[in-house]
Amino acid sequence: MSLLQVKNLVVEFPHRRGALRALDDVSFDIAPGEILGVVGESGAGKSLTGAAIIGLLEPPGRIAGGEILLEGQRIDQLGHEAMRHIRGRKIGAIFQDPLTSLNPLYTIGRQLVETIRTHLPIGEAEARRRAISLLQDTGIPGAEQRIEHYPHQFSGGMRQRVVIALALAAEPKLIVADEPTTALDVSIQAQIIELLKNICRQRGAAVMLITHDMGVIAETCDRVAVMYAGRVAEIGPVREVIHQPAHPYTAGLMAAIPDMSMDRERLNQIDGAMPRLNAIPRGCAYNPRCPRAFERCGIERPDLIDAGATRTACWLHAAPTLEGAS
Amino acid sequence: MNNPIARWLDSDVGHSFRSSPVAMLAAAIAFACIFCAVFAGWVSPHDPFDLSTLELSDARLPPAWSAEGSTKYLLGTDDQGRDILSAVVYGARISLIVGLVSVLLSVFVGVLFGLLAGFWGGWLDAFLMRVCDVMLSFPPILVALLMAGIGRALFPNAPTPVAFGVLIFAISLTGWVQYARTVRGSTLVERSKEYVQAARVTGVSPWRIMVRHVLPNVMGPVLVLATIQVGTAIITEATLSFLGVGVPPTSPSLGSLIQIGNQYLFSGEWWITVFPGTMLVLIALSVNLLGDWLRDALNPRLR
Amino acid sequence: MNELVQAHDLAKSFDVSPPWLNRVLERRPRLLLRAVDGVSFSIERGSTLALVGESGCGKSTVARLLVGLYTPTRGGMRFDGQDAHAAFKTAEGRQLRRRIQMIFQDPYASLNPRWIVEDIIGEPLREHGILKQGSELEQRVGELLKSVGLNPLDMAKYPHQFSGGQRQRISIARALATQPEFLVCDEPTSALDVSVQAQVLNIMKDLQREQGLTYLFISHNLAVVRHVADQVGVMYLGRLVELADKKALFEDPRHPYTRMLIDAIPQMKHVGRRRTPVQGEVPNPIDPPSGCTFHPRCPLANARCKAERPALLSLRGVQVACHAVEEGRD
Repeated sequence: MSLLQVKNLVVEFPHRRGALRALDDVSFDIAPGEILGVVGESGAGKSLTGAAIIGLLEPPGRIAGGEILLEGQRIDQLGHEAMRHIRGRKIGAIFQDPLTSLNPLYTIGRQLVETIRTHLPIGEAEARRRAISLLQDTGIPGAEQRIEHYPHQFSGGMRQRVVIALALAAEPKLIVADEPTTALDVSIQAQIIELLKNICRQRGAAVMLITHDMGVIAETCDRVAVMYAGRVAEIGPVREVIHQPAHPYTAGLMAAIPDMSMDRERLNQIDGAMPRLNAIPRGCAYNPRCPRAFERCGIERPDLIDAGATRTACWLHAAPTLEGAS
Repeated sequence: MNNPIARWLDSDVGHSFRSSPVAMLAAAIAFACIFCAVFAGWVSPHDPFDLSTLELSDARLPPAWSAEGSTKYLLGTDDQGRDILSAVVYGARISLIVGLVSVLLSVFVGVLFGLLAGFWGGWLDAFLMRVCDVMLSFPPILVALLMAGIGRALFPNAPTPVAFGVLIFAISLTGWVQYARTVRGSTLVERSKEYVQAARVTGVSPWRIMVRHVLPNVMGPVLVLATIQVGTAIITEATLSFLGVGVPPTSPSLGSLIQIGNQYLFSGEWWITVFPGTMLVLIALSVNLLGDWLRDALNPRLR
Repeated sequence: MNELVQAHDLAKSFDVSPPWLNRVLERRPRLLLRAVDGVSFSIERGSTLALVGESGCGKSTVARLLVGLYTPTRGGMRFDGQDAHAAFKTAEGRQLRRRIQMIFQDPYASLNPRWIVEDIIGEPLREHGILKQGSELEQRVGELLKSVGLNPLDMAKYPHQFSGGQRQRISIARALATQPEFLVCDEPTSALDVSVQAQVLNIMKDLQREQGLTYLFISHNLAVVRHVADQVGVMYLGRLVELADKKALFEDPRHPYTRMLIDAIPQMKHVGRRRTPVQGEVPNPIDPPSGCTFHPRCPLANARCKAERPALLSLRGVQVACHAVEEGRD
């Protein structure tokens, strides 16, 4: 059974001229222990998806349709209190900026112990033991001394490790990580990615890794979902999506990324820009920029269709109709 | 949608205005008060300063709706036979003029100092901020009293404009500090932004950068502060006039009127104080409410 | 001489001491931040030098030194043969500013939000007296907008009406207004999405070809650097550790830090790669390690590395600052 099921999720922002749909019919699953990457450019809705799952959508944004199921139970309609219990115990979160993820007024030991004891019926001493062992697992040297330190006494990379420890403190089954390495230096990025991958595999936690960096996705994830204009354009195993993308947007994206291992005269560019929320084209949202668009693309919006190893929202892969293209 | 007013009404700020009954009501009241004050000559039925029209026999008449009142003096008269309604209208004009001019002066000085402090930094910044700290440690009323006292000592038989000048100066002396601090903070932020650096790379002189690039971007909070401070300035002036150190007695403001009426309050002639007091409250309240709405409307996070 | 820009032992220190009162009362010492500590390179006309490095390496400071936003604490720069910083201080400096321009990282902060695009792009033209406000200026601004792929009618709009990529193009148009010869680009595409980045990089390459521009390109993204640069300089804590031709650097990196950097970049080609990244983080620039600043993290460090700062030496066509490479230990 899937750990997390997102079905036809719709997130809207009421505006005085009508509601803006930031997420429009988003569906995907995460299996237990799996690492799913959610990739897209800015405005695609990937962070919003994470926020909706954790229950931290900023008002006036709200879930206007669809379901989110965690271990078979619906969590999108829970009240504050119930959601608070889920957060931490079942779902952990890692955000982009380690500086603001930790409370600067409390020692990290206190924050860890508090989190553990809120969700698990454990005494103070045992919780402290676990906190130290968590810090050691996340690679913080001298954990027994550093547990009494304040967040500002850690460097950026170390802080992010503490944040990972905090996210894992109550032994959640799912971690939602929103751009966990974007604010870090390149060499630290590598360390943190490696840490995240290993520690989650060790503890059997599934990860939803939200990022704009395809390289990170390639090295870390099992499957990846590519988002565009609030919809899922393609979803499938990482190797297939990267090397044999079925959706023209994915293909365009892969070709636009500069490659460190070879020289190219020009980068492939996708002309135009992602449509604004109040101006999403009819039919397939990508069709104005798509080099392979045909008539049906501008009329009917495609659902996720099987296309070999991946599933993609693109009419090119539909069963041949009268105007189907290969 | 070419008409600028129509465009403004349709913008986010305009929409916020239209959907806030408080803001619209406050704006209406403020506008009405300002209108009366500006066109005092037409609005008020009598000229309270023209001594020839005063009739002592009409002194201390109650408002028109009570038994002894007359419709000639809608809100009653004071101890010298002056029509209260007219006095309130003219008084409002004085209060508004003093309030607005002193705020303008405060804004000018405060923004200038704030820009200089933020842009040049170093010793100038340290010096100006210490000056601000010192100014803030004095209670505003005391400073105004002090200035007014000094003014009277220096110009004992001053003509009216000088007296007004001293009063306006005294009020604005206490108000400029908050603009200086706010603008300094905003200037520090804007100074490090890339568009300022781009102008420096191009070779634009620091003065031009300060005035043409930075100034337009720091005026937002100043506008909100100024609107709210008009209310404060008017009340400060009223306080000073009440205490007798404000406007000269020949051109009474609302504060002076309140003070005059104070003596008759307990003998039952309440209207001489209450009506000027109500007008003062109306002006200050409506201006404050407008300022509050403006601050929320211009705050990008609340939009 | 084909070298347009020559930097020699460029250095810049910042005084980050606590305020005077604190220093006196708490007896705290003066603190000096050596952002750039002796950097030398030269750039040929029409080519691109890229400077890469992580945070605190000083590459942005070098960029600002080259356009005259900072004055160097030591060393200097020659532009087309003349001493640039001496010239910046004089009236002649204005002529120099026409020939050197800069593009910044943040597309949202590099345009004045209260000015319309026409004024933004026209400012350098007005400032240098090239054109006055009027129809000629409008025409020139229109041409500049077209050259970066935007519509000339856009000049009446405000920056907030444009996307990040379009704003960066407006910045490029502004930088090109005075027909400069040298453009310093400080992470111009780091804040942009991948597909937009591709557009901007392509435009920059086209413009370089058409107008014979010389670029100094600052970036932390080695893949982008591979795409745009002819020469690459790697910086660490204010010093150049390696300076080489692009091909040489990527195919045979010599300095241990360069190797570590190249290895650390996640790549799309390597799906599911396992590797052991180097431990440690960039040290605090205020209190750098002695000798070679990389020695705490370097697998090849020895006693000499701890004590002696390596000089940038030319070894087989490549410039490297490393004792291990010099001694043949790598």
